[in-house]
Amino acid sequence: MRVEQVEGSPDDFTSEQLATVNMDGISRKVRLDVVDRWPEVGDYVIVHAGFAIHSLVEEEAKRNIELIRELASHMPEELLRSDNGS
Amino acid sequence: MRHVDEYRDQALIEPLIAELHRSVQKPVRLMEVCGTHTMAIFRSGIRSILPAGMEIVSGPGCPVCVTSAAHMDAFIDLADRDAVRLAIFGDLFRVPGSRGSLAHASSRGAKIDVVYSSMDALDIARNHPDDLVVFLGVGFETTTPGIAATILAAHRQRIDNFCVFSTHKVIPGPLDVLMQDPELRINGLLCPGHVSAIIGAGAYQPFVDRYRLACVVAGFEPADLLNGLIRLARQIAQDRPAVDNIYTRVVSWEGNRRARELVDTVFEPADMEWRGLGPIPGSGLKIKQAYHHYDAEQRLEIVIPDVPEAKGCICGQILKGQTTPPRCPLFGKRCTPAHPIGPCMVSSEGTCAAFFKYGADT
Repeated sequence: MRVEQVEGSPDDFTSEQLATVNMDGISRKVRLDVVDRWPEVGDYVIVHAGFAIHSLVEEEAKRNIELIRELASHMPEELLRSDNGS
Repeated sequence: MRHVDEYRDQALIEPLIAELHRSVQKPVRLMEVCGTHTMAIFRSGIRSILPAGMEIVSGPGCPVCVTSAAHMDAFIDLADRDAVRLAIFGDLFRVPGSRGSLAHASSRGAKIDVVYSSMDALDIARNHPDDLVVFLGVGFETTTPGIAATILAAHRQRIDNFCVFSTHKVIPGPLDVLMQDPELRINGLLCPGHVSAIIGAGAYQPFVDRYRLACVVAGFEPADLLNGLIRLARQIAQDRPAVDNIYTRVVSWEGNRRARELVDTVFEPADMEWRGLGPIPGSGLKIKQAYHHYDAEQRLEIVIPDVPEAKGCICGQILKGQTTPPRCPLFGKRCTPAHPIGPCMVSSEGTCAAFFKYGADT
């Protein structure tokens, strides 16, 4: 879920620690009490039961898919051929 | 960015399937620990394209499924008390105890609110000052930090008519029990994604050291799952067990320290009863004495009854990876998602529900 707005601060537990996040056009508020890294607008968060448990930037997300592509590309040519020509 | 689309790209998936078939060089028996993995493997169709020689069994990673019938009965007793209002996660609503479910209690007038987040229970407490709002704490390491934060928020905001009935559980304990079972013969673990976000990939190193178990932390998209299975098969083929974290976009080696500190502030280890597995020392979490005002068990003097599991139900064996749902005589006959007998059929992450929904027959 992409972060659109952040309320509160990581050091002030007396204020509400909230983020407004968007997924597929739907906005909702999530708590930031337990998140591992305080997110900024534009970052992404993994949410469980209304709490963000992890925040990441887009580059981190892309790095994972690159590693999987690397795994897929290290195979013999005949295995890479498929019905759709990929 | 819809980043998930890339993990479902057919051009990426097909070579991964081919590589998975190449990687299995001897029979491998894997356990996926997490209920969300159970459903993701079915939903993506991966179970149907597994290579010959690769078997996947489900473990005890659905929190609703491992909530004992005794705890369910205690929840229902609580719901029937005057001036008590329960706040629960929705998947608990229809789980059977020995005599009905919370749904039955609700139909006879018990006050039960289904909430999305434990923080919602605080709003309910503010809006119902004459009731004691009891949040039923059911979940693993992913859920507990939020509950700890909620108790601390209640403490800060001086909300007195709120408490938590904690049956929270931690994952490594039961895994340790299962891996000591010589009949289980597990070669590798597909480690849970979001539990690992909290405890860190390093939490599985003892399983490598103690049992020479291949361990891979993976995400939930088809490419994540195939990558995880390939790496498990390779580790086993090469006889080089290790912890391999391929979900680095969410999971670090150390995990979420902030979340764990919150949990350590509010909770301490306790013995816990697991449905199907029995009592496991230190595998649960109870509220520390410093926050006893928020401990429903103390505040309401709750007694956990001695309750047998449902007759004929083999959810216990399924949670231990000893058998599969279609081998249960109740499966699809007396036990269906509409009329569940056991918890594995109730929960959206339960193994029986997954087999029923996707029509698997082995």
